[in-house]
Amino acid sequence: MKLARSSTVGALRKSPSGVLGFDEITGGGLPRGRTTLLAGGPGCGKTIFALQFLVNGARDFAEPGIFVAFEEGSRRLVANAESFGWRLDQLRRRKLLFVDAQPKPDLVQAGDFDLCGMLAGLAVQAKQMKARRIVFDALDMVLSLLPDLAARRREIYRLHDWLMARDLTCIFTLKAGAGEPTFTSPQPYGFMQFMVDCSVILTHSVVLGISQRNLRVQKYRGSSFDENESPFVIGDTGFNVAISRILGQADAKVTRERVSCGVNRLDTMLGGGFYRAATVLITGVPGTAKTTLSGAFAQAACSRGERTMIVSFDSDGSEVIRNLTSVGIQLERYVKSGLLRMVSARTITGSAEACLVRIKALAKAHKARCLVIDPVSALANSVSEVRAHGVAERLIDWTKSERITLVCTSLLSEAEGQAVGDSALHISTLADTWIHLNYLVQAGERNRGMSIIKSRGTAHSNQVRELILSNDGVTLADIFTAGGEVLMGTMRWEKESAERVAKEVAEVAGKLKLVTLDAQQAELQVRLTAVQTELVAKQVEKTLLASTTASRKAVTLRGSERMRELRGGDAPKRE
Amino acid sequence: MSRRSVYKFRLFIAADTLNSVQAASNLHALCKAHLAGRHEIEVIDVFKDPKRALAEGIRMTPTLVKLTPGPERRIIGSLTDTDRVIQTLGLDADAA
Repeated sequence: MKLARSSTVGALRKSPSGVLGFDEITGGGLPRGRTTLLAGGPGCGKTIFALQFLVNGARDFAEPGIFVAFEEGSRRLVANAESFGWRLDQLRRRKLLFVDAQPKPDLVQAGDFDLCGMLAGLAVQAKQMKARRIVFDALDMVLSLLPDLAARRREIYRLHDWLMARDLTCIFTLKAGAGEPTFTSPQPYGFMQFMVDCSVILTHSVVLGISQRNLRVQKYRGSSFDENESPFVIGDTGFNVAISRILGQADAKVTRERVSCGVNRLDTMLGGGFYRAATVLITGVPGTAKTTLSGAFAQAACSRGERTMIVSFDSDGSEVIRNLTSVGIQLERYVKSGLLRMVSARTITGSAEACLVRIKALAKAHKARCLVIDPVSALANSVSEVRAHGVAERLIDWTKSERITLVCTSLLSEAEGQAVGDSALHISTLADTWIHLNYLVQAGERNRGMSIIKSRGTAHSNQVRELILSNDGVTLADIFTAGGEVLMGTMRWEKESAERVAKEVAEVAGKLKLVTLDAQQAELQVRLTAVQTELVAKQVEKTLLASTTASRKAVTLRGSERMRELRGGDAPKRE
Repeated sequence: MSRRSVYKFRLFIAADTLNSVQAASNLHALCKAHLAGRHEIEVIDVFKDPKRALAEGIRMTPTLVKLTPGPERRIIGSLTDTDRVIQTLGLDADAA
């Protein structure tokens, strides 16, 4: 029968509901021109969902709609809708029509009846306003007046045929009691489940004192859909179904852009900082400066002029700012300039989903590019582990799609922390960068150790570093290793001072040697000069000797000649 | 309530659906038995005159509207529950 239907009707078209998350679950919305059953207990949000379907249709998809109210009066409906900011007054009359069809309390019934009167009137109105969508809210109210099941069934089919003939996309809402209606349990309107093309079940339960709302698509003829229960929240703007990324949906754009984590040396260790839109997890036992590290990140983001939001579950925003000031992280000015938004999430109550929705809404309103959630493990407190994992997944999916760089901290119990355990949220598997902080006990001291457990897509240092908090800010200490251990605290300090002393001694020794050498050089120089002088003297003496010898020779020669002349014995030799 | 008062009825029907046909015949029979000579019945087919049905706020068919005498009364259904109809229209007091 299903096959026959699809072959004659052709490809299924869909009517987008415009309800956050729902169109993703159903791959585009409700079946167009078909009937959808929306079942749920009291206070599940059936009416809100149905009304939102019409409002969005009229406003965003040019599909006027009719709301047939069997239970609540239209005036009250409109008033309730106003609280979601839907501006019904602009849509009413031409695009959105409310039809009051509540059975009057003084109505007398004598025998069987049918809904032809209503349908005849609706046909006229639908034609007039070219309605494409219609909602029958609380259909059970009028069906319950019918004497027997056969009559109810007859009227439902009458309605169904009427809708099919007009190609209207329709939602029936139906009270389904406390339990979820299944075809095995006898439900008064069980047959409707088989008649409609799409069936959506809303449930509202209280788990450990916390309200949980879930939506589940039970059937959807001719279309694939997400079959799991999806938590939803009725927020400030209406219905909001929490969804994870659906298979086949386009991946978020990735970037190679780096953002500083606020600690220079940590940036270096990470090969330049976090990636933009990365999810960073900082885990650690209490007091290991998780908040401080995330504060440093926020400060760096603000100083780049990026809008940032800090969600703090542990303490008030102003307390966080004061505490961070003590380690030289000045956030107050950014709060004043509006760049930084502090959110004290202690005031956000409700389920993890509700928290997430609130955080999303606030981040959206603030246009945050960087987000700090401190600690994200607080989200896990209110829900079971399975759900908490879903919340973390959705959180990360959302930040990635919005290209928000997310830094979240997570508390680890000291015992688990030693084993580098995982948090309840299993966020560590999803996080891109995981920085772990713990106390390292060495030589009777506790020091803060920091290590990068993972950082996807980046080369990162493998060393355990000591995290130093001072008035001037956060930094990482120089590395000193001894015997295969990174030295920290006073041991590092001792090592540092020992090295300093050794260096000084070496310097002094060097200077001394230099002086000695200088002296020796000077002495040699002096000696060299003396020898040179002596040499010159000798040369002079030699020259002098030569010249005196020559003159004496001459004198002697002249003397003998004179003697010969005087003696007159010989003729003068020279004539 | 005077014995002489004239009952004016307006019956909204949906073409020749079973309920509507039953209601019309039940009404006629009732009037014949209790209101001989002092009743007026206007029958309106919601498919032929849907605007009228809309204006009157008719949701379910058949709907019988008693206009006079006294306050307006509406009865929905095929009028098979004769006692109920008589009671609602005040015919039992009238007949006594």
